[in-house]
Amino acid sequence: MTISFDNVTIKQGAFTLTADLSIKKGQKIALLGPSGSGKSTLLSVLAGFKTPTSGRILWNGTDITDTHPAKRPITLLFQDHNLFPHLTTAQNIGLGIRPNLRLNNTEHEMVEYALSRVGLKGQSKKRPAQLSGGEQQRVAIARALLREKPILALDEPFVALGPALKHEMLDLVAEIVHNTGATLLMITHQPEDALWITDQTVLVAQGAAHAPKDTKSLLKNPPKALRAYLGT
Amino acid sequence: MTQYQKPTTLFEILMGGTVLAFLLLLTVGTVIAVGTATSFQQGLNPSDWAAIRFTILQALTSATLSIMIAIPTARALARQQFRGRQIMISLLGAPFILPAIVAVLGIIAVWGRSGLISDGLKALGTEPLNIYGFTGIILAHIFFNLPLATRLILQGWLAIPSEHFRLAAQLGFSTSEINRRLERPMLLSIIPGAFLLIFLLCITSFAVALALGGGPRATTVELAIYQAIRFDFDLSKAATLAIIQFGICTLIALVALKIARPMDFTISLDQPAKRWDGHERHTRTFDKVLLLLVAFFLFAPLISILLKGLQPLLSLPTQVWPALWKSVSIAIPAAVITTTSATALAALIASLSKHTATAVESVGFLTLAASPFVIGTGLFILLNPYFNPFALALPLTITVNVIMSLPFALRIILPAIIRNQNDYGRLGASLGMTGITFFRLAIWPRIKRALGFATGLSAALSMGDLGVVTLFAPPDFATLPLTMYRLMAAYQMDAAAGTALLLVATSLALFWIFDRGGRSDHFI
Repeated sequence: MTISFDNVTIKQGAFTLTADLSIKKGQKIALLGPSGSGKSTLLSVLAGFKTPTSGRILWNGTDITDTHPAKRPITLLFQDHNLFPHLTTAQNIGLGIRPNLRLNNTEHEMVEYALSRVGLKGQSKKRPAQLSGGEQQRVAIARALLREKPILALDEPFVALGPALKHEMLDLVAEIVHNTGATLLMITHQPEDALWITDQTVLVAQGAAHAPKDTKSLLKNPPKALRAYLGT
Repeated sequence: MTQYQKPTTLFEILMGGTVLAFLLLLTVGTVIAVGTATSFQQGLNPSDWAAIRFTILQALTSATLSIMIAIPTARALARQQFRGRQIMISLLGAPFILPAIVAVLGIIAVWGRSGLISDGLKALGTEPLNIYGFTGIILAHIFFNLPLATRLILQGWLAIPSEHFRLAAQLGFSTSEINRRLERPMLLSIIPGAFLLIFLLCITSFAVALALGGGPRATTVELAIYQAIRFDFDLSKAATLAIIQFGICTLIALVALKIARPMDFTISLDQPAKRWDGHERHTRTFDKVLLLLVAFFLFAPLISILLKGLQPLLSLPTQVWPALWKSVSIAIPAAVITTTSATALAALIASLSKHTATAVESVGFLTLAASPFVIGTGLFILLNPYFNPFALALPLTITVNVIMSLPFALRIILPAIIRNQNDYGRLGASLGMTGITFFRLAIWPRIKRALGFATGLSAALSMGDLGVVTLFAPPDFATLPLTMYRLMAAYQMDAAAGTALLLVATSLALFWIFDRGGRSDHFI
């Protein structure tokens, strides 16, 4: 169960990003780097929203470069628009089981269970607008839980939350990936967030995504590109 | 921000492609039909030249005057706070769905021989105004386009960030410096597009020319086409004129497409940016007097119809009721087809790459330049050998109405679909929501509002249209606007006013029902 970026190059006008690295099952990886370095682009390519200019994406050796986003082994949580505002909490979660929302009784129970897992028991009839920002992202996490994809990727879904709430959410995510054995990929600007729940870090800087390194030793002994970003 | 470009589906290509093919057939295809029917040998006689000159002259005058009055009006609305400001801005949108023939009747009631203004002039000992001809056409066109121009320019004013006015106040800018530094650049970017749009609308406005124009000195090209088909049954002459009309419209539309910004039908009703200028006494007085005059100009005709029409509304002539039924049975199918076609076209555009999308979008908007009379003449020439065009009045009117309201519906629906795709396209794709499922769960609930608004607008436009139906209608066939026009032509002004009220009420009711239907869910 390995994800590989095999000689991947992404070009968009003047922007170029190369990635040639592998991530093993169950690893918890932070993607660290300055704004505009291509962290989001890397996850977009992995999730199938962007096609790389050259190179391949492999999942256990199978080429998934042109696979439809829904058929990829990944759930990607965005900063916003993770929920449809016109659907209820339960419907938004139910989409993770059946995209046409025709659920049977067992599946309805699974939705209720997922809601209680993220601490939102009894909130199934609410719409996103009636929930706080943190609660909305919990709903998205509940759906990710039911989708049972081997990779959970976070494109800064907690960036708008305060520090206490953010750590609460990160703990919830850590607990979920621990229980399911999923691989975690998390974009962050904050070294302390990387230290909080990840063990490895992929540095994305100066046009390249580098192979994962141990987070602690990387931050203790940062290479030049990382030093420039951290300002140390 | 990384956006997800969803691949175009076969369904989208089929649906959008069909609409596109129909559009091209009806716009370009009819022009080709007209072109092959034209011999050009007989050339243009002096009265044709007069029609061309008059068409351009009245459109230039109408557009220039509308813009010239709209600039200070929009400025007054942007910088003055007063009670009723919101209502006035909202009502500025009303003439857009007001049937042209109703507006004409209102203008005759105020400016005509026995109207308010003429009474005033007579009391002063001067000749009353002659509303028929150049003056009347200009007045009616300003009545329609002054509000449109004011709204377009007001949007520009409201788009200037409030921080700029704050900075200007801090630096001690005077009113004229604010004008030079902030307002003039905005006006320069908005006015050319607004001018061309109004110019185009004045060239293709048939009902006004029909009711107020005519005769050798006030005939537009479209009116001349109508007369050639209707009175002389001279298809070749009609074809020559139709080619000329097409040439003028296309030329303007191409220029407009290059320089005009896309029209936006929504306008913010929020409080305007706080302003520190425009508080001098003479400025305030000027703004107030101007707004009062504009309000009088726009609302006096409407109020006078209301006053004149209420009594006759209770005893309308019998031919009104079948005409009402006919109009509704044109307006509703036309509106539904318009919205469906616009949605299919918008879905196709949203899924295409930027370059192709712009091209398809341009075709959708170029129909704005398609004269209903060119399309009508073309259909007439195409159908005449096989069918009796007069027997097909109903489907032909529906078809032409669809083409006429399509650009507006597309303008409303396309942004809604693109916004939805940008916001939720990735989510839908990652959850595996495809085709019907994605439409049912993720698109329909989110564009319902835009669809309701577009359908309501198209229904109101079709309901009030007095255009190509005049070309095809046999004597026993009449829509409500046509009945109203016939009453006016017979000088039954009271019955016409009653019919006008019925027409306006029905148009507004149709608009309201569809628009309301689109808003039924509160969770968007």
